[in-house]
This record gives sequence, C-alpha cells and structure tokens, in this order.
Amino acid sequence: MADGKGPGRITTSGLAFGALMAILIVVSLWLFIAKPWWFPTLSSIHGAEIDGVFTAVLIVTGIAFVVTQAMLGYFVARYGAAGNEKADYWHDNPKAEFLLLTGTALILVVLVFMGQRVWLKYYFSGLPENAITVQVTAQQFQWQFHYPGADGKFGRTDLTLVDSVNQIGLDEKDEASKDDIVVTGEMHVPVNKPVIVRLRSKDVIHSFFLPNQRVKQDAVPGLAVEVAFTPNVAGNFELACAELCGNNHYKMRGLVTIDASEEEFNNWLKMKLTERTGD
Amino acid sequence: MTDTQGHHHEGEHAHPQLGFLRKYVFSTDHKVIGIQYLVTAMAMAVIGGTLSLLMRLQLGWPHDAFPFLARLMPKAFDSTGHMDPGFYLSLVTMHGTIMVFFLFTAVLTGGFGNFLIPLQIGARDMAFPFLNALSYWVFLVSCIVIFSALMVQGGAPLGGWTAYAPLSALPDLDPHQGTGMTLWITAIALFTASGLMGGLNYITTILTMRTKGLSMMRLPLTQWSLLITAVLGLLAFPVLLAAAILLVFDRVGGTSFFIPGGIIMGGKLIEHTGGHPLLWQHLFWFFGHPEVYIVILPAMGIASDILSTFCRKPIFSYKMMVYAMAAISGLSFIVWGHHMFVSGMSPFLGSVFTITTLLIAVPSAVKTFNWLGTVWGARIQFTSAGLFSIGFVSLFVSGGLSGIFLGTSAADIQLQDTYFVVAHFHLVMAIAPLFAAYAGLYYWFPKMFGRFMNETIGKVHFWASFVGVYCVFFPMHILGIGGQMRRIYDPLNYLFLQPQQVLNVFVSISAFFLGAAQILFLGNFFISIWAGKRVTENNPWKATTLEWETPCPTGHGNFGPELPVVHRWAFDYSPPGTKEDFLPQTAPAVPAARQH
Repeated sequence: MADGKGPGRITTSGLAFGALMAILIVVSLWLFIAKPWWFPTLSSIHGAEIDGVFTAVLIVTGIAFVVTQAMLGYFVARYGAAGNEKADYWHDNPKAEFLLLTGTALILVVLVFMGQRVWLKYYFSGLPENAITVQVTAQQFQWQFHYPGADGKFGRTDLTLVDSVNQIGLDEKDEASKDDIVVTGEMHVPVNKPVIVRLRSKDVIHSFFLPNQRVKQDAVPGLAVEVAFTPNVAGNFELACAELCGNNHYKMRGLVTIDASEEEFNNWLKMKLTERTGD
Repeated sequence: MTDTQGHHHEGEHAHPQLGFLRKYVFSTDHKVIGIQYLVTAMAMAVIGGTLSLLMRLQLGWPHDAFPFLARLMPKAFDSTGHMDPGFYLSLVTMHGTIMVFFLFTAVLTGGFGNFLIPLQIGARDMAFPFLNALSYWVFLVSCIVIFSALMVQGGAPLGGWTAYAPLSALPDLDPHQGTGMTLWITAIALFTASGLMGGLNYITTILTMRTKGLSMMRLPLTQWSLLITAVLGLLAFPVLLAAAILLVFDRVGGTSFFIPGGIIMGGKLIEHTGGHPLLWQHLFWFFGHPEVYIVILPAMGIASDILSTFCRKPIFSYKMMVYAMAAISGLSFIVWGHHMFVSGMSPFLGSVFTITTLLIAVPSAVKTFNWLGTVWGARIQFTSAGLFSIGFVSLFVSGGLSGIFLGTSAADIQLQDTYFVVAHFHLVMAIAPLFAAYAGLYYWFPKMFGRFMNETIGKVHFWASFVGVYCVFFPMHILGIGGQMRRIYDPLNYLFLQPQQVLNVFVSISAFFLGAAQILFLGNFFISIWAGKRVTENNPWKATTLEWETPCPTGHGNFGPELPVVHRWAFDYSPPGTKEDFLPQTAPAVPAARQH
C-alpha cells in the first residue's frame, strides 16, 4: 500500500466541521444582509460616506470570508485520512502565490483609496464657514456645552476660575461672556447647518461619540480638537463617552437634540440665556 | 526508515542526576522551565477567564443583584448586591492585562518557546540556562505582583490594559489608581525584564546552536516564529519598560511626561504642566502592536507545524510562510497609530497608518492561502491537536478580516472603542492563539509527560470550544456596529443600545458555556499527567521534527551521546516512494522524487 492513491475519505469529524462552517456562513450572511441589528439610524451628511466605506469593506471582506471558510470546510470534510492512503505531495505554486499577492494588494489599494477619499474630505476640506461653533468640555463624568450667544464670540475662560457652579471657568468680567450660554449634559443644534465642536477635557481623556451622526473624537486634556458635522435629521439623540475615563464612565451620557429649524434652536438658546440671567 | 524513529538512546544523560528541588523546582533544564511557564500561565488563565465571566454576568444582566457573589466579595458589590462600577472596570483591566501578558505571551513564548527550542533544533539546552531560569522566576514574581493588585486596599486599577494617561498617571484620581495601579506598573516592568531575558536567550540559541545539517531554511515554522517573536520582543519590550518608568516618575516623582497643564482634580487646578497624554499612547502602542504579533506569530508557527503533521501533507509554500512572518513582524512596528485614529493625533498620520496597516493584510492573506493549500488534498487525522489547528485557521480568518474595517481610518471613526474592536482582537489575537496553544498542548503533552491526554475528552473540548468561541465573539461585531462602547458597565444606560441587549444575554450565556468547556481541558491535562495512557514510542504522531527523536518524556540533556544530524526540511509528509507517509528530518536517504 505504499504510495496508496485514493480519493480520501469523508469522515464524521470532517463533515461536522464542514457543517459548522456552513452554519457560520449562513448565520453571518443573515446578520450582515438581513441586518436584524445594525448601525444606529443615520443623522449626518458625512455619516453616509462613512457607512459607504463600511459597506465597501464589508463586501470585499464578506466575499473573502465566505470563500475561505467554505474552502476550509469543504477540504476538511473532503480529505479525511483513509487507511494508508497518502496525501498529495505538492508544496509550492509560485504562480498562484504571485497572483494572490498581487490580487490582495490591488484590492487593498482600492480600499485604501475609497477610505482615504472619505477620511481626507472629512478632515481636510477645511472647517465649514456659516457653522455654529460649540465649545464642549468633558470632565468626569459629564459634558459642558458652551455657546457664544448673540455676539458670536466666546467669553474668555480661565481654569483658575473653575468652581462647582462655573464648571468651565467662564470669566464673567469679560464683555464677550455676557451673552454666553453654558449648559450641562444637553446639546442643541439646528438641522442642516454645519456644526463645529471644539473639544476639550478638564481631567482625563474622554471621547465625544455621537453614534447617530457618526462622530467620534477623543477629548484630550491639554488639547483643543475641532471636529465638524452637519446633522440632517431632526430628533433626539444620545451622546456617549467612548473612552474609559473612570468608575462612572458608563454614566457619561449626554442628550443631543437636532432642532427641526433654526428658529427652534434660537428659542432654546434664548430660554437657556433667560435661565442664566434670571439666576 | 523505521530505524530513524526507533532511535532509542538509553544512557542519554551526559548531565549529572540532580536532587528533587534542582530537578523540578529550581531547574535550569529548558523543558522544566517550559512546563513551569505553561502551568503558571494556566493558573493565570483561570484567574483571567473567571474575571471575564464576572464581566459577562454584569453585561448580560446589568440591573440584577448577585447576592451570592456579594457575600463572597463584599467590597466589590454594594449592599443591595449590585456590582460596583469601579470593580467592573478593574475586572476589565485585569482580564486584559492577565490574558495578554501573563497568559498568551507567557504560554506561547515562555512555555512552548522554552520547551521546544532546544528540542527542535537538536541542542541539549538553551544557550544561557541560568538566565532562562531567572527569566521564569522573575515572571513568577510578576504574576504574584499582578495578582496582588486584585487584593489591595482600593482595588485593582480601572484604566484598562492600555493604562491611558493621565488617568493612570494621577494616583489621587480614584482609589483604584493608587496602590493597585502601582502594583500593575511594577508587574509590567518585571514582566518585560523577564521577557527580555527570554528573548535574548531564544535568539542566541536558535542562531548559534542548531545541530549539524539544520540550516535556517530547514527549521520548523515554530522555530522561525519563535525567533522572529524574540526579535520583536527585544525591540518592543524596552519601549514599554521606558514608558512604565516615566509613568512612575509622573506618579511619584512630580514629573509631567504624560500630564498636561490645565487639569482640574477635586475642583482644583493641579500643579502638573507641560506633558502630553498622547505620548503615552504612542509609546504604549509602539510596544502594543508588536505585542499583538508576539502573541500571534508563535501561534501561527505552532498551528502550521501541527496542521501539516495531521494533514500528513507538507506545509504549502514554506518559504512564503517564513517571508510572510518576517514581513508581518517588520510592518508591526509601523502600524501602531491605527489604535489612535480618533485620539487627537494629526489626521495626516491617520492616512499614513491606514496604508501601513492594510499592507499587513497582504502577508496575512498569504498565510491563510497557504494553510488552505496545506489542507487541500490532505489526509487529515482528526486528533484533538489536529482539530485545534484547523480551528485556528478558521478563527484567524474571521478575526483577521475585521481588522480591515478597523485599519480603514474612515470606517474606524464609528467603530473605534466599540465591541467591534473587542470582537476583532479577541478572535485574532486571543482565541486563535488559544486554539494554537491547545493544539500544542495536546500535541506535545506526550513529550512533556510520557503520557497522552484523553483524546475523547479532547475532541469534546474542541467542538464545545469551537462552537462556544463563535457564539461569544461573533455577535460582538453586531453589538459594535450597533454602537456599544467597550468598557461600559451598563449598556442599558443608553437608549440606542437597549434594542440589542438580547445579544449581550446570548453572548453571556455562551461565555458561561465556553468557560465550562475549559474545565474539561484542565481536568484532562492534570489527570493525564498521572493517569493518561502511556506513550510507548518516541514518535507517536509520526512527525518529522527532531523532538520526536527523543524518548517521551525527554530526559535531561535531550539527545543521546550523539546529537541528531539533519538531512531534510521539516515537512516531508507523504513523500512519494516511501513506505511510511513521512520522512523524519534525520532520515539520511534522499528519496528519488524530491529533495529539499
């Protein structure tokens, strides 16, 4: 039986493995095509492009996933040991390797370009002009939102002025701070208008995560990072902290309202200003 | 060729007989040290695994009280039996730290590295046996120190295994960040020192002590992977050590390497000024990404060798496998920024790191292709070790592909710090290596202890684990797409996460099932040491590499009076023209059909 040739044997273990691969493929396809659970509803313009990049990568990796797992499952089911039959003795195929190498590299180059187009547009197309700027200050375990008010100028802030009431250290003596509005835990912006978030942290690293708007940016103490987005669906959304920041990290939730009109937004600002000056 | 496997050298001890303590405890024998590493790491795995089950309990049922556990661990739960959020985060931190360093790095390089290097290269021991023993004892001390962090006043640190500054740099920020964090840093520093001693030893041994005929391109892939890993370790660990020392200075010395000005603590501006939190992240990930490959490369090597053995077929494209590992390790030093796409680092760097990161997919695809090429046309023997090595391939593919999403900076904006990341790295750098380690344990157990592990229990262990890991980690992708953040004590606190809580429950139940299945392994392992079926031959799996020329268990000094001489590569399975379906590396005759 030396050099026994034969078809190999379909074994129970091999079949079981093949069946598991089949189940894995079917369940994955269901999860990623039927989407019984999926991204939080989209509510920003650039978010559609981010989702588009995700979908492109999903298609490429999905095909690779199905093909590889199916091949593995098939081979394992098909090529069980059979008596003293020998396996095939080949262990090289430079042409196939070269094709695979080039093929993978090409596909990845395409993915890099698709992804970078969105990335560069998001970060390097310059901050939008007619935008609303909100200064967001993160601290354990809450968010402060600072609006410049009618004059469009942010009042001076000074960390030595921070106390339990004046959490961001707004200098009340500064002329520009008179009409400033500082709100804790709740942000409003109007729909279809660009927003610039100027992000700071007072203590540790936090991360400003708007799941519906596809925005995530770490708030790093010592840095002021700006991130822009344009919400395009009005409604109530959530803001989460996505960077571990201490024991109550999970409680660092904020509310984000995308107002249906600029008028509604201005009314909210007015209401908040009255609350402040009325104090 | 039967004479080559039967090679039994009775008087193989050129080395003197030693007393019990020198032989089994303070031994300088690489095999004893390897087993010491394995068993110590297994103990750490039990601790790390238990911590993860406590996490899953909380995530599955975040609002439930656990009065029984509260009685066991009164400080970790409040009076109503609910878990303390700080305790939850210390579970997160300790689970990650223990698994990455004290389980995977220790098992794969410390355990298998020590046990296998001299055996597979035909040497009697490591180049520096004392240094080797010292590396183990320093490792053991680091295990005790990290474990003690769970016991101290204030509790274990809560900043995650990445210990981002300034949370890690300010001891007064939280009771957990006091003594617990100090112990964490100490343990990490000791661990890196131990790793450096090991790495130096591995490189020297593999480069200088290979037996006659064993050229580099005839090394088993396990040896290549261990060599490359050791180089990675020597380059990466010092960076972590330096970062840890700077962190200590910030904590106790009043320096500000990682602490910027303008931090308010307890309502007051603190005095630190001038540091940068991102410096820690750069240093940590400059180490941290190669660390991922320090774990995965040996797993790739071990799984490749075992896969080939039980496929009874040569590994497909050996050379490309070696080059791919070398390429992966080189690239691993220039991709660290993909952990920092939304950290506040310049977005220009984001573009650079996207390109370097996706480059790594090319050698990874080569490896996957080669494993498939190995299984194609094989004659698979479904042993426990063989099954685990096949499982490794499937898991590596599943975990590797999700890396392409995360490496694409634009897609990562949404996915960063969500469960999608958790799913990705668990599959690719925890579960796939775990499967390779299991394959290795079932495979080399006879060589270690002269007995087999029980194959039936081994197979049940495989099937339960394979189904279990997919049920635990696959749904995490979906949780992450849904936006669930990592390191969150209570996902139900967010409305947008509530509809997918059913997945958390499913994952938790699967995790308990998976955890229970590992008891099968532990029982099998420890009982088989004393009660397993005896091995009556040197080479029970009919494998080609040099360790199978020695008796089971291998004695002190490994080989007989003469060291083996190597005549061929490590993958001559099913060569044409031979009676048996393999040719050991020592087989002198050159078969007509092909020589290597």
